[in-house]
Amino acid sequence: MSTPMHATAPMANDEERETATYPGQRPPHASVGSHRIEEEVFGNAYDPQTVRRIWAYVRPYRRKIYLSVAAVLIFTATQLAIPLIIGRAIDTGMVAGGDMQALVGAVIAFAIAVLLNFGASYVQETQVGEVAENVLFDMRRAMFAQLQRVSLSFMDKTEVGRLMSRLQGDVNSMQEFLETSVISVGDIVLLVGIVVVLLSLDPGLGLLTMVTMPILFVVRIFWLPRAKRAFWAAHETNSLTAGAMAEGINGVRTVQNLDRQQVNFDLYDDKAYHNLENQLTGSKYAQVMVPIVDTLTGISMATVVIVGGNMVLNGTLQVGVIVTFLFYIQRFFDPIRSLTMQYSIMQRAMTSGRRITEVLDLPVTIADKPNAVTLTSDMDGSVEFRNVVFGYDPKRPVLKNVSFKVNPGETVALVGPTGSGKTSAMALVHRFYEVQEGAVIVGGHDVRDVTQDSLGAEVAMVLQEPFLFTGTIFENIRYNKAGATLDDVVTASKAVGAHEFVERLPEGYNTVLEQRGSNLSLGQRQLLSFARALVADAKILVLDEATANIDSYTERQIQKALEILLRGRTGMVIAHRLATIRGADRIIVLQNGEKIEEGNHDQLMELGGLYSRLYNMNYASFDDIPDDLVAQANAKASST
Amino acid sequence: MTTFKAGRDRSRGDAHAHLAAAHAGKGQKPLRRITAYSLRHGWQASFAIGATIIAAVLQLTIPRLLGHAVDQAQNVLTTADARAQEALVWTALTLLSVSVARGLFTLIQNYFGESVGHHVGYELRLAFYDKVQKLSYSYHDKMHSGDLITVGLLDLDGLRMFFSTGFVRTILLTILIGVGAWFLFTTDVLLAFLALSFVPFVAWRSSVAQLTLRATWLMLQEKLSVLTRVMEENLGGIRVVRAFSGGKYELNKFDAASKEALALSHQRVQVRVRNTSMMTLSFFTAMGLVLWFGGSKVIAGEMSIGTLASFLTFMTILQMPVRQLGLMVNSYARASTCGERFFGFLDAPIEIEDKPGAAPLTVTDGTLRFEDVSFTYPGANRPTLDGVSFEGYAGQTIGIVGAPGSGKSTLAHLIPRFYDVTGGRITIDGQDVRDVTLESLRRSVAVVQQDTFLFTTTIQNNIAYGDPWAKERKIERAAESAQLHNYIMGLPADYETVVGERGVSLSGGQRQRLSIARSLVLKPAVMVFDDSTAAIDAGTEHRIRSAMRRYAKDRVTLIIAHRLSSLMHADMILFLEDGQIVERGTHAELLAQGGRYKALYDLQTRPTDDIDVEIDADIERAAQ
Repeated sequence: MSTPMHATAPMANDEERETATYPGQRPPHASVGSHRIEEEVFGNAYDPQTVRRIWAYVRPYRRKIYLSVAAVLIFTATQLAIPLIIGRAIDTGMVAGGDMQALVGAVIAFAIAVLLNFGASYVQETQVGEVAENVLFDMRRAMFAQLQRVSLSFMDKTEVGRLMSRLQGDVNSMQEFLETSVISVGDIVLLVGIVVVLLSLDPGLGLLTMVTMPILFVVRIFWLPRAKRAFWAAHETNSLTAGAMAEGINGVRTVQNLDRQQVNFDLYDDKAYHNLENQLTGSKYAQVMVPIVDTLTGISMATVVIVGGNMVLNGTLQVGVIVTFLFYIQRFFDPIRSLTMQYSIMQRAMTSGRRITEVLDLPVTIADKPNAVTLTSDMDGSVEFRNVVFGYDPKRPVLKNVSFKVNPGETVALVGPTGSGKTSAMALVHRFYEVQEGAVIVGGHDVRDVTQDSLGAEVAMVLQEPFLFTGTIFENIRYNKAGATLDDVVTASKAVGAHEFVERLPEGYNTVLEQRGSNLSLGQRQLLSFARALVADAKILVLDEATANIDSYTERQIQKALEILLRGRTGMVIAHRLATIRGADRIIVLQNGEKIEEGNHDQLMELGGLYSRLYNMNYASFDDIPDDLVAQANAKASST
Repeated sequence: MTTFKAGRDRSRGDAHAHLAAAHAGKGQKPLRRITAYSLRHGWQASFAIGATIIAAVLQLTIPRLLGHAVDQAQNVLTTADARAQEALVWTALTLLSVSVARGLFTLIQNYFGESVGHHVGYELRLAFYDKVQKLSYSYHDKMHSGDLITVGLLDLDGLRMFFSTGFVRTILLTILIGVGAWFLFTTDVLLAFLALSFVPFVAWRSSVAQLTLRATWLMLQEKLSVLTRVMEENLGGIRVVRAFSGGKYELNKFDAASKEALALSHQRVQVRVRNTSMMTLSFFTAMGLVLWFGGSKVIAGEMSIGTLASFLTFMTILQMPVRQLGLMVNSYARASTCGERFFGFLDAPIEIEDKPGAAPLTVTDGTLRFEDVSFTYPGANRPTLDGVSFEGYAGQTIGIVGAPGSGKSTLAHLIPRFYDVTGGRITIDGQDVRDVTLESLRRSVAVVQQDTFLFTTTIQNNIAYGDPWAKERKIERAAESAQLHNYIMGLPADYETVVGERGVSLSGGQRQRLSIARSLVLKPAVMVFDDSTAAIDAGTEHRIRSAMRRYAKDRVTLIIAHRLSSLMHADMILFLEDGQIVERGTHAELLAQGGRYKALYDLQTRPTDDIDVEIDADIERAAQ
């Protein structure tokens, strides 16, 4: 697809349906699954700053870490000791006649080593496992808590999926790192230990035996980057195939509706087959190490047998030492293998650590002042905008010097075309964002001078899209008003007209809403979100009216509920429906971030400005009016 | 665009053979069925099995050779025979070649074992995907999509890996333990008994541990998914959380979910560690006993040092495979439960498919006819549609109104056979929809659904979803008619912009317009709008309607809507109530009738005071 598609196209056979020109050809406009590009995670294996930050989370458990490092050292020591004890038992106890006492001693030593081994491995593995789990959960909690505080402008522009992969994937690779790092301490000690023991048993034979070790190191250094790429590719195509499958399941109705089965099957086959090829390549890389390690082991054993045997002949070596050597060779390559693996784990962990600290370091731009006042329910409930300037991008203000006051108990409708700044104004009352200039005053206090919690308790909000949580209806309506009883919830539901349908559900208020209430209709969800706001019982209600079309009866029910919700409260409503607008005490007309008209319905109609022109177009809602008509009305309004 | 490798066509032919094979063996026990299925890869499977046997035998000869070597070294010392020295070299060389050979055969065993697994995985994936697409709406209504994904990913994995982790491993362990035991018992009965004494204990513990770990793993996954949901909903609904100052409340929810998951994780660590350290202890205890009794025998001159050494090395060789017994047992358990679910899914009956010998639909005049159609959802005790009859001719628009639950959407779903009627019949140009091929039917009938599913791909591919061969000009024209073209041209990469879950997100109205464009590309004979303009403003809807008018003469258009302005212009309006048509006629006729349609019309246009009285009465009633 290189040429711009709207440039040229023959019109003649436009109506005909195209098909493949040769078997196996794929259609030009089709794919299954998404093209996901994931950054590779092969960065630095050590980054001091990240390590320091991560250590802060490990620190509380440092005693356990020290304990398990000690246990690892003991464990490794016993692993080193066992072949030695066996060798000694042979040399002192069995060779040349035999010495029962030496054998008893060796068996006792063996028993002690085994018991130490048992205890140490138990301590080490439980401690490390639990610490790694704890650190994982602590980090995740810290990130989650931070996300509750960071500015909403950050949340607005960040995908939930990206944050989730920080909270899960990255945290998991940190856990993997913590679990394996203590074990790799053991591996290093074991490796050094084997080298030392072999050299001290017999320097010459030791060196000869260990010739294969650097060979394995070199082989692995060449092997690792290639293998890693192969494993990565296999992992990638595997998740791409899984993604395509999930898409096929989730979109199955659309697929059948548009008869895409055959095309999708072929495209999926392509993906799955490509995955098969990558998996096979991955297997090749994984398995090729097996004969290499076995060959090197074989060489070392043969060396010990020939050279060691000759040394025995010369009387410079005892038979037991040969047995010891043979035992060590069996264990030789394990630490090398796991150490090179550990390198990749560290790389991954550093990248993840960086991403985690990014989240932890997100600036909290909106925080309580040290001497913030608690807003109490005896405040008068007025809302005032004083010369408010605000924009998500400071250079492009959404609200330009807006001033108005909502008196206690009054309902004000904010109206205006899309992009006029209504929604932003509403968000400022709750201090979702900070004003650039001017001030938002609630109950006589600048919102920046009161605690956020008390502001939240006195300003209830109903959003355009009702958002429900998985959980019972009772929990959803009560939300965080812990003091609310079932009676309060039922009363609120009755008031907004939700009680009837809730009662009809199988478990009434204990009915669990699956997947954010997708088993309810939009209108029902709306009513529940009204009930939630009613239970919150705040002095001020800020509401963004829904625009979606629901059936007329439910819509009317919602209108009634709205009246009940506003009774006795100060209300700011972003109104779409004419009925709501007409019912308001005062109407404020916003356009391009400026207040252009203010007054009640009759006053505005008399004024003959934008409001009256839009109203006279006879649409049921201002949002129904097409943009070009709004522009026309505008032009006329400004010319008069 | 993606280029495709040569050789793909060949795999296409294979694909259908794989599907057939996956469906064969229906009704067999899952373990038997997956084994038979894996063995279809004859030469790869035989390579794997043959190599396993050879590798196991080679593995067993290593301790014997080491024992020989030790004895020969000892002999060198005592007899100082030149031939003994030569024998030593021979043993060393044998040892080396056995090691190399063992490595190679293990490579073959592992590689081909995995290869069979990967091939089986590939083929089962195809069969699964194919089945997902073939099962009709009624199946997908019942089955939660998340559960289905689990079947296609985890259950499939459990089956795919059975060949290498279950079947081949069984052969390996049988030979290692069986032949190994025979070697040992023929050498020294007491010592063999001691050397193998750890085997039953470790086999038992490791099986128990693996089965417990798997059970707790499943529980943990459940707890973790609760935690994931708490986080996801919090982040997705962050505005509600902030609006109600619910930060602390949410943290408490998080902590509660987190605590449960953490407790289970700790429990798993305990299970794992307790069992592994017990297994190690039993192994070393057995080794200590061999050392003690074997050593005594050596001292007593009843046994050579080499034999003792071979017993000890034999034990170290056997240690890992015996621990893997647990994995093997787990593999059987997993394959059997996974297979039950997976094959159960593959064997599920397809409710709606082509009749044998079904002919493609031939559209001539484009007449849609409902003849006394009834429909009852499976398990429901009341019909959703009851005796519905009407007909529509090419160029006509039929409007359908009714309260929620009156059967409007169901009616739409019956035409392309998403469900089959339970009474009466639906015909297009005289052909019963059940007698023609599904493919031809669905190409002629387009339903614009209420909820638009967006695929994560370019907006162009999304519009061309039903006709991926469509010329770009055609796609563009459909977007123009759906009033989406201007919006698309404003996107960063216009028609190449990726939309959907991982791309630019579209508003409800834009999604519905895209869905309309999708159907327009198809140029269907019957087009159904299933409440698919609810999120589109009246003005835009009006323009879409005018743009479509020039195609509308060739087709029957059905419009289902709440907003009467969407369908007032229809040639005929049907008012549905409890699955029955209770009023029919044009807008003017129905208004004149003064029935339910008129009442609904008044509700949407006149001042609302009268209705308020009704609602007040309802609320009053509820409050009592």
